[in-house]
Formats: sequence, C-alpha cells, structure tokens
Amino acid sequence: MSGTHAHSVAYVRDTMVDEQTPPVTSFGIIGWLRENLFAGWLNSILTFLALAFIYMVLSAILPWLFQSSWTAQSLDECRQQIDAAFGASADGACWAVIRERYLQLIFGFYPAELYWRPILAFVVAMVALAPIMFTGFPRKMLWLSAAAPFLVPWLLWGGSVWMPLLVIAGFVLAFAVLRFGTPVIGELGAAPLALLLAALWWLYAVAPINGAIGSMIANIRMPAVAEALSADADRLPGEIAELEARAEALQRELAEADAAKEEKVEAYEAAIEGEADAPEGAAALGAEIDRDIVTMRAARDELAYLRKIIGQKSERLSEARTLLNGIEAMPENRARRQEFGAEVERLSDALPASVSGYDSVQALPGGTPEDDRATLEALLEAETNLRTAENAIALVHQEVGRIGLEPVESRRFGGFMLSITIGLVAITLSLPIGVMLALGRQSGLFIVRTICVGFIEFIRGVPLITLLFVASVLLNYFLPPGTDFDIILRVIIMVTLFASAYMAEVVRGGLAALPTGQYEAADALGLDYWKAQRLIIMPQALKISIPGIVSTFIGVFKDTTLVSIIGLFDPIGLSNAIRADTDWNGIVWELYGFIALMFFIFCFSMSRYSMFLEQKLQTENR
Amino acid sequence: MKNSVILGALTAAGLIAGAAGAATLDDVKARGKLNCGINTGLVGFAAPDANGEWSGFDVAYCRALAAAVLGDPSAIEFVSLTGKTRFTALASGEIDVLSRNTTWTLTRDVDLKFTFLGVNYYDGQGFMIPKGLGVGSAKELDGATVCIQTGTTTELNLADFFRVNNISYEPVPIETNAEAQQQFLAGACDVYTTDASGLAATRATFENPADYVILPEIISKEPLGPLVRHGDDEWADIGRWTLNTLIAAEEYGVTSANVDEMAAKPTSNPEVNRMLGTEGNLGEMLGLDGQWALRALKAGGNYGEIFEKHIGENTPIGLARGLNAQWTEGGLMYAPPFR
Amino acid sequence: MTALTDPPKESFRLSMLIYDTRYRSLTIQVVALFVFMLMAAWLINNTAQNLAELGKPIDFGFFTEPAGYDINQRLIDYDNQDSHLRASFVGLLNTLLVAFLGCLLATIVGVLVGVLRLSKNWLVARIMTVYVEMFRNVPVLLWIVFFMAILIENLPSPSDYRGDNPDASMYLWDSVALTNRGFYIPEPLFSRSLGDLPVFGAFNISIDLLALVAVLAAGIWGAGRIKHRADRIQEETGERPTTWYQSLAVVVLPVAAVLVFLGFHLGYPALKGFNFQGGVHMRNSLIALWLALSFYTAAFIAEIVRAGILAISKGQTEAASALGLRSNRIMSLVILPQALRVIIPPLISQYLNLTKNSSLAIAVGYMDITGTLGGITMNQTGRELECVLLLMLVYLTISLCISLVMNWYNTRVKLVER
Repeated sequence: MSGTHAHSVAYVRDTMVDEQTPPVTSFGIIGWLRENLFAGWLNSILTFLALAFIYMVLSAILPWLFQSSWTAQSLDECRQQIDAAFGASADGACWAVIRERYLQLIFGFYPAELYWRPILAFVVAMVALAPIMFTGFPRKMLWLSAAAPFLVPWLLWGGSVWMPLLVIAGFVLAFAVLRFGTPVIGELGAAPLALLLAALWWLYAVAPINGAIGSMIANIRMPAVAEALSADADRLPGEIAELEARAEALQRELAEADAAKEEKVEAYEAAIEGEADAPEGAAALGAEIDRDIVTMRAARDELAYLRKIIGQKSERLSEARTLLNGIEAMPENRARRQEFGAEVERLSDALPASVSGYDSVQALPGGTPEDDRATLEALLEAETNLRTAENAIALVHQEVGRIGLEPVESRRFGGFMLSITIGLVAITLSLPIGVMLALGRQSGLFIVRTICVGFIEFIRGVPLITLLFVASVLLNYFLPPGTDFDIILRVIIMVTLFASAYMAEVVRGGLAALPTGQYEAADALGLDYWKAQRLIIMPQALKISIPGIVSTFIGVFKDTTLVSIIGLFDPIGLSNAIRADTDWNGIVWELYGFIALMFFIFCFSMSRYSMFLEQKLQTENR
Repeated sequence: MKNSVILGALTAAGLIAGAAGAATLDDVKARGKLNCGINTGLVGFAAPDANGEWSGFDVAYCRALAAAVLGDPSAIEFVSLTGKTRFTALASGEIDVLSRNTTWTLTRDVDLKFTFLGVNYYDGQGFMIPKGLGVGSAKELDGATVCIQTGTTTELNLADFFRVNNISYEPVPIETNAEAQQQFLAGACDVYTTDASGLAATRATFENPADYVILPEIISKEPLGPLVRHGDDEWADIGRWTLNTLIAAEEYGVTSANVDEMAAKPTSNPEVNRMLGTEGNLGEMLGLDGQWALRALKAGGNYGEIFEKHIGENTPIGLARGLNAQWTEGGLMYAPPFR
Repeated sequence: MTALTDPPKESFRLSMLIYDTRYRSLTIQVVALFVFMLMAAWLINNTAQNLAELGKPIDFGFFTEPAGYDINQRLIDYDNQDSHLRASFVGLLNTLLVAFLGCLLATIVGVLVGVLRLSKNWLVARIMTVYVEMFRNVPVLLWIVFFMAILIENLPSPSDYRGDNPDASMYLWDSVALTNRGFYIPEPLFSRSLGDLPVFGAFNISIDLLALVAVLAAGIWGAGRIKHRADRIQEETGERPTTWYQSLAVVVLPVAAVLVFLGFHLGYPALKGFNFQGGVHMRNSLIALWLALSFYTAAFIAEIVRAGILAISKGQTEAASALGLRSNRIMSLVILPQALRVIIPPLISQYLNLTKNSSLAIAVGYMDITGTLGGITMNQTGRELECVLLLMLVYLTISLCISLVMNWYNTRVKLVER
C-alpha cells in the first residue's frame, strides 16, 4: 500500500523534520504582548488608554511622593525645605508630620512607656487566632485562644491580676452549675440558673472581691509604698529642674545656631548671586550650612526627647504626690468613715418613715415638719461624707494594693489601636451573640424567632452612624440614672450590637449550607437540641462561615472610622486634631494618605486570607 | 466576656458608678481627677501635641481649676467633644465642667439647664474674604458662597444677618475648622464666617495671611465661657471664682512669677491678700483651702499670661486683646471683688 | 399475647411544662417574651426617669418651629423661616437623591469593571483589580473626604473664569463650568410653561415635567405594543418585520412635539457676581459624595458581577453556540438571564449599603437627613432622643422598602427558574 502511495506522490518525507521554533510573534515577550495586550484593535486601544491613564496618575503622584521633606518641624518649614531642595514650583509631600506623629496615629494618647502592652496584646490576639484560622497548629494552643479574651483586655486596660481570674471564675461557676445541676433539676432548669448565677457573680461579686483582695494587700504594703513614694516625691523635682535647665540651655543654643545659620544662608545667597567666578567659596559655605542643619536637627530631636522625659517625670511626680496625700490622709479618712458611718446609722434610725426614701430635701412634700427636714438634710450630708471617705480609702487601696498592671483609661486609646480594639472586641463579643441570634432566627419558636428577626432587621436597616449617635447621646438615657460608662465602652457596646446582627446573618448562611442529613443524623443519634448544636451542627456551620466572619470583621474595622464623627480619636479624628496644631495647620494629603495606606495593608491582607480560606474550604468540601 | 471588659475597665478607671449626686466637688476629690470637656481640636484653644499633651486657651482654664481643687494642674481627664456631643456629655455627668468655646445664650442657660461660670473670651461672628474680592462690607456680599461651621450658633446668626439685610447667599456647611480653611483657601467659598477669634487664628496659619482681610462687621455677640450643670451651686461657685481669680490677678499684677512671693506674706493690697489666702478665709468658704488661688495661678499664670501664651499677639494666632482687655484698659474683663 | 394498651392517661402536671416536649416550647416562648418585655420595660422606665430628671419630656412640638438655618442643596422650596419638619423633609429628599444617583452610577461602573476584570487584556484586567482592591480596602469615609479634597484642590474656582485672559474656561461650547464649588450645567427651561402643581400644599411639582413623563411613558408603552406585534408576526410567519424606526418614532416624536409646544430651551450658566448664575448647580459636596459612594460600591458590585458571570458554567456557552447563536446573542439570551439571578440579590443589598452609607454626607457638609434632622436640628433644639429615633425610623423605612423590592424580585426570578 505504502509502495503504490510512494509512486503516486512526487515526494514523501521519510525523516522527521527538526523541531522548529514557533513564529517570533507567538512566544516570548512579543508573543505574550500580542496575546495579552494587542489581540485585536479594541484590545490595543484599551491598552493604550490604560497606559495613558497609568502615566497620568504616576506623573501626578510620584513627584509629590518623592519631592518631600522628612525632617521639618512644621508645615512652613516643610515648604521652605521643599522649595530649597526642588525649586519653588515643586509641590512635595511633607512626610515630616508622619515622622513626628506616627506613634500618636498608631497608639493615640496611650502612655508611651506602656506601648509594649497594646503590642503584646496584639501579638497574643494573633497567636490566639492562629490555631483557629490555620490548621496544623498544636491543639494545645487552643488553651491560649480560650485565655486570650481575658488576657487581651487586661493587657489593654490594665488593672489587678485578680480581675480576669475572677471573671473566668464566673464561667467556671456557670459550668459547675450546669454540670452538677443538670442531673438534679434537669437541663432546662440548670441552664438559666447557671446564666443567672454567673451574671450575679459578675455584677455583684467580682468588684467587691477584687476590692477586698486589693485592700488586704494594700494594708500589708502601705508603709513600704509610702516610703518609696516620698523618696520619689523628694527626688523627682530636682531631676525635673535639672532637665528643664538643660532643655532651656539647649533651646538657647538652638536659637543662636539658628541665627548663625541664617547669616550664613544670607552670605551664601549673596555669594551665589554676586560672584559667579568664585564657586569654591560658595560651595564650602553651602556645605557648612548643610552641616549646621544636621547638627541643629540632632539638637532639636534631643530637645523634643528632653521635653518628653520632663513630661513623663512630671506626671509621675504628680501621681506620687496624689497617692502620698491619700496615704497620709488614710487614718483621718478611716476615722471619718467610722464617724459618719455611725452618724448615718443613728440618723436613719431617727428618720421618720414619712420622709425616708427621699434623696433630696427639695423633693419633700410641702407639709413636712421642719425637724424632719433637718434630720433628712443631716442624713444626706452624712451619707455624702461617708461616701467621700469610703471612695478616698478605696482609691488608695486600689492604687497601693494592686498586683497587676497600671490601669489605662479607655479615653486614652486612639489611632489605629482604637480602631483595632473596637473591631476585635466587637467581633469577639458579637460571635456568641450572633450565633444565638442565628439559632433563634432558625428556630421553630414563633416568639423567639420574631424577636430575633426584629432585632437583626432593625440593626441591619439603620446606618452605623445612627447607632453611634445613640452611643454618644442616648445610651446614658437608657441606663439607670447615675450610670456612666465612658464613651469608648458605649461605642463598643453599640458596635457589638451592630456586628452581631451581621454575624447572625453570616452564621445563618453557614447553618443553611449544611445538608439536612446532618440534622437528621444528630436526631437519629438521640442527641438533644443543644448537644446536637454543640457537637455536630455548630462546628461545621462555623467552619463554613469563617470567610464571612473575616469579611464582617473587615467591614466593622473599616466602619470604626465613623467614630471620628462623634469626636473620638480614631485615625481620622486624630488627623483633624493634628491639623489643629499650629505647626501642622493646613496639611491634608499626607495624613489621609498614611491612614489610607495603613487601612489598605490591614484590610487587604485579611481579605487575601479570607480568599485563601474560601479556596481551601471549597476543595475540602468537594 | 462582655461583662469582663466593662467591669474590668470600670474598676480599672476607678469609675465605680455611684449615683452622681449633687456634690460634684466631692466626686472630683474622691476621683482625684477633674473631667474636663474640651474641643476635639481648635488652633490656639485646644490641641494635642506629639506626646498627647493638651494645651490651649480653653485647656488652661481646666488646668487652673484642677490646680485649685486638686492641687495638681495635670490631674485632669480631657474629654474631647464635638459641637453635637458636648451638652449631652455635661448633662449626663460624663464631665464636670465644659470649657469648649461655648456661647452663653438664654436657651442653653435655661432650657438646656446649664450654669455659665462667666466669660473667658468675648467674641463675635465675623467674615473673612480674600483681598482680591474687592469687598469692603459684609452687606456687599449678595450672592456670595459662605463657608460656615455647623453645629454652632454661627449658622443661625448668618441666616438672620442675610435675611435682615435682604441679600442672598449660598451656605456651605462644614464640620471642622481645618476643612473650612481648606475650602476657603482653594476658593471654593468666597467668605468664611465664624467667631472672629477663629478667623484670626485661621488666617494666621495661611501661607500669605496678608492676602486676606477680616471685614469690619461683627454680626453677633459671642460671649464664650466655661459651664457646669444646673443644681450644684457650690461647684459652680468654685468654677466661677477660679475664673475670676485669673482675671483679677491680672488686674492686680499677680503673675505666675511673683505669686509665690506675694502669697508668702501679706501685701499692701488687701484684695490680693484675701485672694491668696494671707488674709481672711475665702478658700474655706468655697469648700477649698486657703491656697486655692495660689495654685490656680501657678498652673498657667493669670488671664493675661494665658492669653498671651496661647492666642496673644506673639503667637502665630496673634489676637489683640480688644474687648478682652481688663476693664481698666478699655476692655470688658471685670472680676467682681474678692470680699 | 399482650394487648396494646393506651398510654396511661395523665392529667396535666406542672412539671410537664418543662419535661414534656409538647408544652416545653410554649414555656420557653412565654419565658422569652416575659424576659423581653421586662427588658423593654426596664429601658423605657430608665429613659422616662432620666428624662424627667433633666426636665425634657418627649415632645415633638419643636418640629413646627422655624428651623432658622439655610440649606444650599434642595429639591423643594425652603428658606430659613420654614419649620424643622420641612428642613428634615428637604434632607430626606437629598438622601434619596444621592442614593438614587449613586445606585445608578455604581451599577454602571460596577458592571463595566466586573466585565473588564475578566478581559483578556492583561493590563486592563490588572488595573481593574487594583481599582477593586484599592476601593474595597479603604474606609468609605476616607474616600468621601478624599474626593472632596480632590474637587476642592484641583478644580478652578469661579474667580479663575474671570478677566480677559482667564485661567480656566468652560467646556462644551461654554455650556458647562466645572468649578471647585460644583458643576454648573445647562438647565431645561420652558418659555410656555404650564405652571406648577401643588402637592398637599407642601411642595410643587412642575406640570411640564409631569407632561413629559406621561408622554414618554405612553411612547414606551406604544413601543412595547409594536414589539409585541412583531413577536406575534414572527411566531406566525417566521419573518420578523423591521420595526425599529416605528418604535423610535413612537417614543421620540410625541416628546419632541411636547417640547416644542412648551417652548423648550436650555439656560446656560454664566458668571455673574461671585458665582455662576443660571443653569443647574450640582454642589461639590453632592458630587464628592456621589462619586465616592458610587466608586466604593462599584468595587463591590464589580466583584458580584464577576462572580455571577463566572458562576455560569462553560457548558451553557458551548451549548448556546452549538445552537448557532452569535456571541452577543449568547450573552443576552443565555448568560445574562442566568447570571442576573445570581447577581441581583447581593446587588440590591449593595444598594442598601450605599443608601445607608450616604449618611456619611455629614463629613462633607451635604445636607441629607442625617445632616438636617440628625445634625443641625438636633443641635439647635437639644432634642436628641426624638431626633435620633426618628432618624432611625426613616432609614429603617427606606431599608424595608428596598428589602421589599428585593423579595418581590426574588420570588419573580424563582418562578422563572422552573
């Protein structure tokens, strides 16, 4: 066959041709370009448009980014430096403001010597999250994850070491009641009882016990502390005065150096303009000026550092003095406590039933006898005095008897630390609430479902800013008269409610994605509702919802910028405060750019993680 | 967990929620800190430095008060408040005193139930325009675009002014001074209106202040001062007389430099003696000790010193004393007698 | 042999409320309701007590008092002597305006970006990815402030248009002026106007506008009839008559006639006094908010669109081309109808987000409902409780309306699915 074929055709190749290189237009760089950028005329036009766009953006931004000043002390100086370095028409960024304020933008007004605490708290939170977020970590690390919710707030807010332990004790108590109560009163009885007992423990037992432990330790420690404090109070004023003298001397030197530099600058300018033929002299002068600027910059940095140290020492001094006064007034306050305590007891016995229960004299009805009025007034005054004395004693006990960390008010939180704190705390707290809401929404109980749906839809239907208005102006109305949370806690409460509604929807999605077989299997095993949820449903549902949880977190984290509208110092709020400083008045892009960059880094990495997780889950479920 | 945060922070802050009774002084003393409400950031009046230390004209009053009451000008918690949140914070007891360039008006006094402690700055609403506009009077501003800061009395005054003069304008409401400044400089509005002090302070920070003028019209009276809640007269007295001390001290020539010397032994001026506690017991009457005024003055100096340090002519803000000079020098600063 | 016995007839015992599953759920619900009511009562009681202490009983009387402040951006007549209620209404309309414009632009940009992200052009796809990541990962508040700053800093001010040799000039044959106070565009004017129609005595609606809308609607309905007829003929004969010119005529001609009858012409903005006068003035606060919200939301919509298109299996395209459909017909007849079912629900929740985010208008001084009712009114009257509650109610109503639309659409799509 092949023979006939060979005869009917003129030429037949009988050896393989060597492999040819593909045409130059379909491989390598050119091929890639052709395929990806210039496939067809529409694509080519798009490519050129895109290139023009990129060029436009970069040519606007790059010079601004790099014709910048990093060292100036104020915006004016920045402008001068940029003009001097890049010509009068240059429009450069003044990154000096970031250099000066980046710590403030990150930590807000958190005490500088305690920066390690938020950093450590952040690390703990990350390490605690690791075994939850990634597989392949030892199971034992989950213990840290369980401890982190108590450890992190303690690190951030400080306080005595007993506090987190006592709070954990509440959980232990609840667990014990659940464990040992169930056989006796059944699950339906034990669960509410456990909740109730734990709530009572947290609300009424934790603070007094903590106080009692503090007082006990305080009484032991008091003399030693007083001694150390008075030593501090004696030593510090001298040190501060010394530092201040140094700072003043430095300031004077700086002023002199500045004047000298100005002269040189003038001479230099004159030299440049006048004698074009003697460049060496001008160059030498210029180099000298540059050297001067460097030395002055160092001196300025030193001055700023000195000022900071002075501030810290003064603060420590004032704290020491306050505490010392408190300790000295201790015996007096104790006596007063006894005295007024007795008086209160006496007067409340003497008080007629008709006027008891009133908390001000003005509120008494018209016909009250004068005597009763006087008694009530005396009682009220004695009660006030008693409270003052007790508070003073408690304050000293708290300070002296604290084994733990120095407390930091949440008011001092600011910058990215505030955003992260609000975000993390709100998400952590919203998880259990969200799970309960999701279960409630899925349950067959009509009233429970209605309440849950109502709550979720209400929260999801209003913008966060209105909830923040509630936190800033209304929440105090909703709580019993006299209660006063500080604003950041109020904001955390409202953001938590906000996040839990979204979390509930995420978890509900996870629940809905589970095959019905899982529920039926759990029923077939004879598990009751809670056991089925705990052992079979939730572990799977939560696992599916992790990407959703992460994106909820990203959303909440971004939304924390809204707190600037109610006057908190998140990064945007801080940027406004920084612009109110006379030195930096009028600065815009640098601050916003820095903040945007930081947010981008945070959110982008988290969203990448979420995508990675989604891919992993997809393959696992297949 | 939820409780742990709240409780932990509660005790940590020493913020044991007792009924905020009438006796603010006792609360402050027991707490060891004065909670003072200030602006979130206004050049010269309140701004934080790189270390987070607040300073400014309004802040100085808080420091003086803290020094008088607690003996320590740094025993303060500054609570920064917006125009919106300031009154709620004061009414709810979150702060003890509000020192945040707040105008004294009848409604605020009566309807919102606050007590103004006096006036620490006499202000009035003015207009700033670029020189190139060629306008000499606010009445020639028909059809102009006006930048205003919202949440203050300024927008009401502005509406009244233009209505009364029967001319039209285009308001551009703005949240913060920094943004108003940005818009004004870029020419997004022809006119910027706010308190005259604010205008001067803002103008001072421009690259070319000379290109802008502040029009002669002052369209409102804005007496700014610190305020407290209704219902605690003792506390109001302390706040009021701390302010009066600062003002009177300037009149009598008591400064932070010579106050120690003057308080050491009675001087020839009985009023100064009574104020500084070398004579009489005015401090005890207030529920404080005899050294209260001395401490208040040492915190930041007298009214004149505070003015010069934060907003005076030698600062970038460069405000002249004007109405805020002592009455002896033609101003309105007039402290009642210490007797 | 044991006979089946009935279970022992138990009389109702109290413990059955807990142990008997028939009654247990009832018990739980009653307890839940009780706890809920208790909490509500507690909150209300606290509020009443606190308000009584402050001497501020709940009172909506302040709504009828004159507001005293001016609003620059308004869709209905308003001046500072009008009531707070009317000021709030102006704000509400502004919210709806920016929400509507935002949803429109966000959809256009989002769909475009979503499709371009799938483009084979490497550079374009990358740029779109950068766009999406940049906008999604930076807070929207920052974007709003950013856009405002860009408008203010980079556009010329009206004074730059002044003089013989101005720094800036108007666009499109002197009809559009872009300034840092906003954009001035020509406005439609009618020289033989029909006047206004008062609605509830509260605001006026231009009859010209109503007439135009009515005629346009009628025209579109007519075009629909024509299409319907064409469909029918195609089904009967297999030939589709050419109808595009008929449809066009039915829509365009009546509208044009009405316009001519009303004496339609454009009013151009011109520099007069301090500002441009005439024309429609879109303030830069509106534009900044609009652009920022749109571009921010568009980044999310782009992702939704991309996911929607990717969700349609390749087999669908292949099957469609096997049937001999051209590629644009495949898109419009096969891919899009299926993709839309995936796309629309999350898209509407993005609309919801955009509407809620429009409350950040306060950052650039755009007077929406948060700026009027929750801003200046609340500030001047000191009625925080009333204002904030009402503000929440308004947003809740808007959200519920959008949710209703979404549910309606979902059920409709579901029916098609069979």
